Amino acid sequence: MIIVAEQKRIFIEHTLFIIAVILCGILIENTYYLQIMTFIGINTLLALGLNMLMGYAGQVSLGHAAFYGIGAYTTAILSTTFGLSPWIALVCAVGGAIFVAFIVGLPTLKLSGYYLGMGTLGFGMIVNITFREWSSVTGGSSGFVGIPMLELGSILFEAGRSYFFLVWGVVFVAMVLCRRILNSRMGRALRSIHDGENASMAVGVNTHILKLQIFMFSAALGSIAGFLYAHFVMFISPDSFGFMVSVKMVTMVVIGGMASIWGAILGASLLTLLPEVLHSFQEYEMIIFGLILMVVMIFMPQGLTRGLIDIYEHSRKSPKKSV
Amino acid sequence: MQEIIQYLFSGITTGSIYAVIAVGLSMLYSSTELINFSHGEFVMLGAMGIVTTWVHLALPLPLAFVLTVAAVAFMGMLFERLAIRTAKKHQPITLVIITVGASILLRGVAMIIWGKDPFSVPPFSSHDSIEIAGAALVPQSVFIVIAAFILAGAIHLFFKQTLTGKAMVACAVNKKAAWLSGIPSETMGVLAFIISTGTGAAAGIFIAPITMSSYDMGTMLGLKGFCAAMIGGLGSLWGAFAGGILLGVLESLGAGLISSGLKDAIAFILLLLILYICPGGLFSAKISKRF
Repeated sequence: MIIVAEQKRIFIEHTLFIIAVILCGILIENTYYLQIMTFIGINTLLALGLNMLMGYAGQVSLGHAAFYGIGAYTTAILSTTFGLSPWIALVCAVGGAIFVAFIVGLPTLKLSGYYLGMGTLGFGMIVNITFREWSSVTGGSSGFVGIPMLELGSILFEAGRSYFFLVWGVVFVAMVLCRRILNSRMGRALRSIHDGENASMAVGVNTHILKLQIFMFSAALGSIAGFLYAHFVMFISPDSFGFMVSVKMVTMVVIGGMASIWGAILGASLLTLLPEVLHSFQEYEMIIFGLILMVVMIFMPQGLTRGLIDIYEHSRKSPKKSV
Repeated sequence: MQEIIQYLFSGITTGSIYAVIAVGLSMLYSSTELINFSHGEFVMLGAMGIVTTWVHLALPLPLAFVLTVAAVAFMGMLFERLAIRTAKKHQPITLVIITVGASILLRGVAMIIWGKDPFSVPPFSSHDSIEIAGAALVPQSVFIVIAAFILAGAIHLFFKQTLTGKAMVACAVNKKAAWLSGIPSETMGVLAFIISTGTGAAAGIFIAPITMSSYDMGTMLGLKGFCAAMIGGLGSLWGAFAGGILLGVLESLGAGLISSGLKDAIAFILLLLILYICPGGLFSAKISKRF
């Protein structure tokens, strides 16, 4: 019975999500808003991938922008410099990111706590410096220009409505995929790592392989996000994949609320919208952004989804007490 | 040969600055188990502080030095009191994001106070450079290296000789046991922040005449400080110091002999190598737990 109810709930959630996306796509006319919604979609993909690693498996990565960048630069180089079809480039980008994640994850994921954070940070910095310094291939710090638009048959994905639907379609597929993984045997094993790695090893979970697999999965999602980003803005530079971007990704996951798929969407939306809103404050933008980050983390360390639910429950309880 | 000596000189100079940054980070980590991602910003505040007090207000150098260090240490205390203390019981990742938020905040404040343009600071001493084996040694470098050693030595003596220092070490070893024997561990935490940000400010003052100082110089310096602290072994004072010098020398040699584009990558390549081969660091006596 519980399983049936759970499936029903998930079905309703998915239907609501699809309706919301279609309504947004049809009703929003303003191209600026559509563009921001598309960016939210790309960031949601990043947050979903990192959330699997951080929220469920409990492994912190401070260098995840590297995979985002690998996805973007692979497709940029293959489709622009070598003139390949972007779809072939997508396969290469995802394959490349998974391969790099395997090579890097093998030794790195043996570390834990701050050491894992520092290891992934170092990896992210090295990848970013490679983008910056290998200028004959990547265009160096001035960036890579002239990335072609995506085409599928007769549909040309321009920056606008069609791209919005493309990105959110991918987000939906990724969401369903994450759900499937989490409700499987693998998902339960993942949560056991989060609660206690030694305990889950004791009951026979091969934690190292599992962590590596989930690292590779989140790298793949990151590189798909990078692919979508590159063909959307058609210009990429190393700054879009630096240390601060990795930190921003971690912040999306934590602010939205770890181990929650809706939390990832909320976190991605907030961190995409916030700089847009703060633009009007001009030079005070950084101060306000930093303050919000600190205040949320000090008062709602469980993230906004959890924090808001707590406040709601608290406010419902307190009137009862007075009665 | 002459070139290599020249690279060594500049490597040791920047290395001793990394060393001071690493010592501050490492010390804070061993007494509070916190990695402060805004440490680089306190270094930047030190450099900007000397720009204001010494270059703009034309105060005498020692006074400017003391004023800057005191002001930055005071900000470090405020940071601990307002942000870290209020959120102390939470997971490391929340604390990391709080310090990242603080670093963005401090960078924003510095951008408004000092603007976006970089400043240059004249050298501390106007003596001519000395020539050793064909390589020029600037007196400024000697001054910085000696000052770094004095600073690290002072921290060492503080921990080994004074009661407060010993109490801090006790807190770092076992907080609960220290608390039971009557050491106010909260006060020790604040003190650790004050000393850590104060040494960060000193590092910023040393680096000001070597490079241009601007509001965004902190992040990279902070990250390299981590690398140095990890290379030497997180939590060990002289280990972090040696890690800093080693990092500076290798960076300077790598940039000079191989490629200048490699300069920033060296620190992180070293970091990964250390983490894979001996995560406890090169100079750490005890085998570190990978917790």
